[in-house]
Amino acid sequence: MKWILVAVIAICNTLGDVLNTAGMKRQGELESLDPRSLGRMLAGIVHNGFVLGGLGALTVSFFALVSLLSISNVSFAVPATAISYVLETLLAKYILKEQVRWRRWAAVALVAAGVVMLSL
Amino acid sequence: MMTETPVEARKTWLLTFFVIVSSVVGNVLLSHGMRQVGKIVSASPLDYVRAFANPWAALGVLILTLWMICDLALLSRADLSFVLPVTASSYALIAIAGHFLLRERISPIHWVGIVLITVGVVLAGETPARTTNCSRELPL
Repeated sequence: MKWILVAVIAICNTLGDVLNTAGMKRQGELESLDPRSLGRMLAGIVHNGFVLGGLGALTVSFFALVSLLSISNVSFAVPATAISYVLETLLAKYILKEQVRWRRWAAVALVAAGVVMLSL
Repeated sequence: MMTETPVEARKTWLLTFFVIVSSVVGNVLLSHGMRQVGKIVSASPLDYVRAFANPWAALGVLILTLWMICDLALLSRADLSFVLPVTASSYALIAIAGHFLLRERISPIHWVGIVLITVGVVLAGETPARTTNCSRELPL
């Protein structure tokens, strides 16, 4: 059960972030940081299937995390985070076509290792 | 590749800063509130809703909602493979904030983790925030 929840968290996290990124890129850049632009962005999200799907996936991931935390300790939730980082970077490179070179790979590896250490 | 003007780059960094700060403040407040509420082991969502009657937890959730909005705004301007490692600095900052505000212990291995995350954040921070263009021919 624990590992199923870990898998659900990792997959939904990854799916959520990738869908949100794809959706927000389609919607266009937030041009300025004033409340009106933010309001327009939120209004756009309501009709943005990608972002709605992404937020749905993140919600499932959140409740899976809460369930996992209620049956095991925090350190058990960490592999899910570490796996998500690597999976999301892979999908960012191959599906979102971002330029992921050594700096970003090294950054993700260091961050994933650091997150694991913080849980020990 | 999109060339960014300094003004545009500054907006992206400002949003990154908001994402990190809201994540740290939201998580520390929620964590403080949940500790006052006590342990919840329940399958009923109602029990979790009740936790938000605690003002610290409620404020934490409110700030985490702002975090989600800022995160989406940031993803409209920057690569996911940039946002992920850079905003991971919140993990290091949450550990440090927990140490000073909630008196949580930071062990030597935690410090190593904090240093690794910091190096990762600096490395990713040196890459351009956005490497895809704005056109309609987007993947997916």
